[in-house]
Amino acid sequence: MRNVLTLNHRILAKIVAFFLLVVFLVLPVANPVYLHILIMALLYAYLGSCWNILSGYTGQFSFGHTLFFGVGAYVSTILFVKLGISPWLGMWLGALLSMVISLFIGFLCFRYGLKGPFFALATLAFAEMFRIGANNLDITNKASGILIPMTGTSITTFQFHEKGVYYGIIIVFNVIIILITFFIQRSRLGDYFEAIREDEEAAQSLGIDTFKYKLVALAISAFLTALGGTFYAQYSLYLDPHICFGVGNSIEILIRPILGGIGTILGPVIGALCLAPVSEFAREVLRGWSGAYLIIFGVILVVAILFLPDGIVGFVKKHFFQIKMEGEGR
Amino acid sequence: MALLEVTNVKKSFKGLTVFKDLSLNVNKGEIVGLIGPNGAGKTTLFNLITGFHKPDQGSITFEGQAITGLQPHLICKKGIVRTFQIVKPFPKLTIFKNIRIGAYKLVTDKKIAEQKANEVIRALDFEGEKHMLPSQLTIGGLKKLEFARALATYPRLLLMDETMAGLNPTEQDAMIDMIKKINYAGITIFIIEHHMKVIMSLSHRVIVLNDERKIAEGTPQEVSRNEEVLKAYLGDSRAC
Amino acid sequence: MSDFFIILIQAIVSGLLMGGIYALAAVGLTLIFGVMKIINFAHGSFMMLGMYTSYWLFVWFGLHPYYSLVISFIVLFILGGLIQRFLISRIEHTEAQNVLLLTLGLSLALDNLVAFLWTADYRTIKPTTFSGTAFIGEIMVSVPKLMAFVLSLLLTVGLYLFLKKTDTGKSIRAIADDIEGSHSVGINIRRISLICFGIGSGVIGVAGSMITPFFPVSPSVGSVFVMTAFIVVVLGGLGSFWGALLGGLVIGLAESIEATYHPGAMQQFVTYIIFILTLLFRPTGFFGGKSA
Repeated sequence: MRNVLTLNHRILAKIVAFFLLVVFLVLPVANPVYLHILIMALLYAYLGSCWNILSGYTGQFSFGHTLFFGVGAYVSTILFVKLGISPWLGMWLGALLSMVISLFIGFLCFRYGLKGPFFALATLAFAEMFRIGANNLDITNKASGILIPMTGTSITTFQFHEKGVYYGIIIVFNVIIILITFFIQRSRLGDYFEAIREDEEAAQSLGIDTFKYKLVALAISAFLTALGGTFYAQYSLYLDPHICFGVGNSIEILIRPILGGIGTILGPVIGALCLAPVSEFAREVLRGWSGAYLIIFGVILVVAILFLPDGIVGFVKKHFFQIKMEGEGR
Repeated sequence: MALLEVTNVKKSFKGLTVFKDLSLNVNKGEIVGLIGPNGAGKTTLFNLITGFHKPDQGSITFEGQAITGLQPHLICKKGIVRTFQIVKPFPKLTIFKNIRIGAYKLVTDKKIAEQKANEVIRALDFEGEKHMLPSQLTIGGLKKLEFARALATYPRLLLMDETMAGLNPTEQDAMIDMIKKINYAGITIFIIEHHMKVIMSLSHRVIVLNDERKIAEGTPQEVSRNEEVLKAYLGDSRAC
Repeated sequence: MSDFFIILIQAIVSGLLMGGIYALAAVGLTLIFGVMKIINFAHGSFMMLGMYTSYWLFVWFGLHPYYSLVISFIVLFILGGLIQRFLISRIEHTEAQNVLLLTLGLSLALDNLVAFLWTADYRTIKPTTFSGTAFIGEIMVSVPKLMAFVLSLLLTVGLYLFLKKTDTGKSIRAIADDIEGSHSVGINIRRISLICFGIGSGVIGVAGSMITPFFPVSPSVGSVFVMTAFIVVVLGGLGSFWGALLGGLVIGLAESIEATYHPGAMQQFVTYIIFILTLLFRPTGFFGGKSA
């Protein structure tokens, strides 16, 4: 049994490695369209990983995560467009502001024990507030949004004519978030997060300050999500309230980790890579039908909730490795 | 000064009085049994001591410090930990991880926490189940997990809520031995139990709750001869 | 009467009228929550489907929404029942947010399917009866809004009586109070859950029908209402019937007064401010006993 398993592991590892090589190296060189698709897939893999720290590990489902994305995008963009501050600096300020906002929201919600669906809808309500706000304020240029002027390729302005550079940056983002998730999972913090997710009362009775650690998870998640917002802004060079604060983007952020497997290190990335061809197919092939990919997203969400309770990662572990989830967790 | 002092505690839920004026003590080193018919407020008392509920009036002190109304995690930090009547394992985490989370109460270093968790696992003879998930355990195993996890916090006072329910006689005997062992090691025990046999063989002292108050207190022998206790129990067939 | 008072009373009247609709939208949500402890995110999409039902029945057969609301109720009752029976009941005992995610997926699919079938255009109908505006003194009252308000109140009271007086209603309330106890006294929880979800969905369908004479129909209309309904439910106290009614009126009033004195798109913002204030100062809502 043991030998069979290792053999399976090895073959599977080779197949996966070959597949990844093709996806990450060959495709983007072969056709720039694939490059764009991959950048977007990796951006949402990154954002999904950020969401995963709060919702997957700590069990506090956010339906309004786009709020933190939007704050990051708007802060660095406004600082850049109005004051000429480099987005490389602005992104940290955006992340800090996003963290402060998240602490305020978390304080309000967790103090009164909003849980599960109520916390989820409350976060959505906060994101909607920001959307309405951004739609009506001058500093965000109301509903017309902000067009970031292209000033030419430069490291300081975080603008590049070559998409490949963005590709490199987002790969680095992903490596960093995977490392962060990995270290959280292996640390005391990760144990606390998972204890809170599994049973909050039991966690409290064992001396875990659940209120504090929920805030910690939220703050980390919000901070990192905002960095992704700045990346998006500098990549697409256009922002509007709907893209940044709309419900649609919150759904985009959470669907990939749910499909891939929440509370796992690679779930969000795997979910993103699996979803990319599906949503691109819907967007490109069913071009005349603009909402097609959303119908598919909706159906995927329903199917994933019904049939993949532990996501693709959980499914593969259970059926191909015959080991239980977390069974090997150290 | 007693280790735990509950003084004049009053508690009601939506107009239903649980305790009118309850006072009781637990001394250092004791095993105190808490019995009483269903609905006498035994679990409520544990909830009040561990901070899951706040008393309407009265005070609770531990080692001379007031802990009335503190949050559960702070009370745990003071050295009181509880097990739950309806077990509350962390279902998706291994037995080892479940216990390690308890061990983090005292130490922040992962290596030391794992050492402590392993010590508890060894002491309770839990090694065979170390890498299992709670769903693979019997009810006896789950009760043991509650116990182990609480023990890993190295408490000075352990509140045990119906630890024996659902165990077969062999498991019960093993659990009684374990409780005696850890009591011998210096941990004070306050235990809710329905099985009279267990209470009688384990407790140094028994406290009986009924009708919103404490109706008797004393050694197991004294209590079992107490008229009021007998009256309370004759009205409740489940409790024997 | 001075202009100030006319404007103020006008705002109050319009606000209360809209508030009645919000209340009805929230009543369905709170009914389902009270009994099944789940939140149906597709609630708004169901409302949208109710609106389209009445819209098409009017366009095809000239059937007035006040008649077709019966059909809306039936259609949504069946749809809700099917969704409860075949989807939600399968995951009811897993983590609470799973139902929310599942219904979110449903609403996403439904909204965009409707957009595909009937385009994303805003559509309006102009029934000839029960239309126009009436004047009470100097106060302008839109007749269809008044009708919707009155019908909402009637329906809310009717639903309340149904829960109070009928056997099915009593079973629903019994489950809301104590699910295990109800099981032991022989209430068929599966059947009651299905009926309850059906009624909650049917009621929101009726709410959709009633606003079609004055509210443009579009595939995304539900997303506006679902958040408002949720906030109304939180404001009124989770699972509370009269709380939903009062909450609806408060939100309606607040929006209307904001819109009167600060014209612009900020009226919804006020709803969210109220929501945050509720979380801050009265998280259990008007009639709530416990927080979530």
